[in-house]
Amino acid sequence: MRYPTNTQKNILKGRFETVNINAEAVAGTLESSDAQVTVRPSDRGLFVHIESSVMNQYGRQIKATVIETLKGLGVRFGNVEVVDKGALDCTIKARVECAVMRSNDASESGV
Amino acid sequence: MKNAVGREIPDEILKNGREVYQGKNYKDGKYIKKASPKSRMFVKPQESKLVATLKEACIQCGAHDGMTFSFHTELRNGDYVGAMAARVLVEELGLKNITVAATSLGAAQDVIADYIEQGRITGVQTSGVRGRIGEVISAGKLDAPAVIRSHGGRPRAVEADEVHIDIAFLAAASSDCCGNSSGVGGKNNFGSMGFGTHDAHYADHTIIVTDTLVDFPNLPSSVSAIDVDAVVVVDDIGDAGKIATKEARMTDNPRELMMAKNAAAVIAATPYFKDGFSFQTGVGGPSLAVNRFLEEHMREKNIRMSFALGGTSKAICDLMDKGFVRHILDTQDFDTGAAAHIFRTPGHHEISLSEYANAGNKGAYVNKLDYVVLAALEIDTNFNVNVITGSDGILRGAPGGHPDTAAGSKCCIIVTPLTRGRMATVCDEVVTVTTPGDCVDVLVTDYGIAVNPLRQDLIECLDKAGIEHVTIEQLRDKAYSLVGTPDKLEWEDKVVAIVEARDGTVLDVVRKIKPLDVNAEGEEVKF
Repeated sequence: MRYPTNTQKNILKGRFETVNINAEAVAGTLESSDAQVTVRPSDRGLFVHIESSVMNQYGRQIKATVIETLKGLGVRFGNVEVVDKGALDCTIKARVECAVMRSNDASESGV
Repeated sequence: MKNAVGREIPDEILKNGREVYQGKNYKDGKYIKKASPKSRMFVKPQESKLVATLKEACIQCGAHDGMTFSFHTELRNGDYVGAMAARVLVEELGLKNITVAATSLGAAQDVIADYIEQGRITGVQTSGVRGRIGEVISAGKLDAPAVIRSHGGRPRAVEADEVHIDIAFLAAASSDCCGNSSGVGGKNNFGSMGFGTHDAHYADHTIIVTDTLVDFPNLPSSVSAIDVDAVVVVDDIGDAGKIATKEARMTDNPRELMMAKNAAAVIAATPYFKDGFSFQTGVGGPSLAVNRFLEEHMREKNIRMSFALGGTSKAICDLMDKGFVRHILDTQDFDTGAAAHIFRTPGHHEISLSEYANAGNKGAYVNKLDYVVLAALEIDTNFNVNVITGSDGILRGAPGGHPDTAAGSKCCIIVTPLTRGRMATVCDEVVTVTTPGDCVDVLVTDYGIAVNPLRQDLIECLDKAGIEHVTIEQLRDKAYSLVGTPDKLEWEDKVVAIVEARDGTVLDVVRKIKPLDVNAEGEEVKF
């Protein structure tokens, strides 16, 4: 695994007040216990859409985790789409972070 | 009205003498009046009962609007006959208001989901429901709720005339021209026909559907010609290769092996583990693997099993061939190995679902059972088990003999991983109660063992043997710490299924789920 880049470190440490979603980026898979997160630029505001195989029992928690993660990163604008296949919170958080990184060219794709 | 497992049963369900569940032995000693079928006389000497098509056979048997038909699911995922019968009744004969009364329903009968959606099949009585049929029932597409019964509850309901079968369509691996038929001797052998034999006695009409016609008389037979109205030969009754989705083989998953080893250790630590004990297990990974570890304990103690009960896998047949099992009492064969073993091996017997588990008769084998090892979709802190609804509230499971064996056995062990994906198996309250907690004794998970506090005697046994155990609340807390505490499901008022206890009382109801929507259209997220 590569060391985190400076941008990655700075994003994770919350050094930027705002992090933009500059381009469409995807992280994660549709495997069971994973979540696939797609981010797209938006100039209107921040919108989150959740699909989940465990929606009835965990939908609210998933949405809260996604929003909490975006807030921590400083994302103010963007369309964030999550297709969850029963991932744990830590996985959802990691996938959201990764997708945002990729939209900033701060992480390689293919994972 | 609240029942003995704390479930609220709506009054409109409690009609025509239907009562709420009042404890596992509530009906003990009471009487049932057995129904008798209307049976056609075959006085005139007859060469053969062969009929060219299923449609013709149905007409001969008086198929009509509002009728109830049944079939058995010994061919499991490979069954063609259930779907074939439904298609003839609905499409070729154009009948309406049909009720299906099957031993299970799954992907092999997906066409029935279409007929439910079209309003042609309006009643469902079954011991299991998976795939699309579960989805359409859960969506409230039936006018009257589906009725879910255990494998013992089904023959009880048939005998009590709560289900009256007009025509039973029984798949047979071989039959002669008069209907002496069997689960072996053909090209799609499934072994035991124990799911179907009872229907032949109680249905008004029985049609044997086979793909292998043999010379008269086809003996020994599982269904006798005296109960058969017509015999129809088709190209294939199913695909016997699909009886087991994969050949039942020993798991190499270390987590499952650990649970199996612990379950076997619990068995070996209890007083019923002595020469002549009896045992049943399912065919899931960890349950099946218990056989292997049990063999070591039996060898060590130099004891044999008197009988193994229920659905049969090759693993238990192997144990018999090694001399560890005196009798196998077989309702259903889980793999082709077991289907080839029955009828060829002295001591490996076919039994009907009534003999197996019916609380309405005088000698069901489950009541002589020492141990049963079972799985669960969910188990709550009162040890209530759910094996019928997914944690999303959709019907997708089968009680089968679960409630019967749990109630009848001296020691019922549930083996299940603590979590599956994000779902907590051990939880505060199961979605649907299919097996009451006072029938469940020990829970073995990958994070520890819990014993039902009602069984202080078993707790002492485990302590004496040095087997560590925790409370079920501790297991639940561990599960929730891993996956988060789930929100409660939200329901509409409409009841889509009634879950009967084995004695016919109402254990629980399944309502229509109210899906959660967290995506308010276009709502902007503000911090």
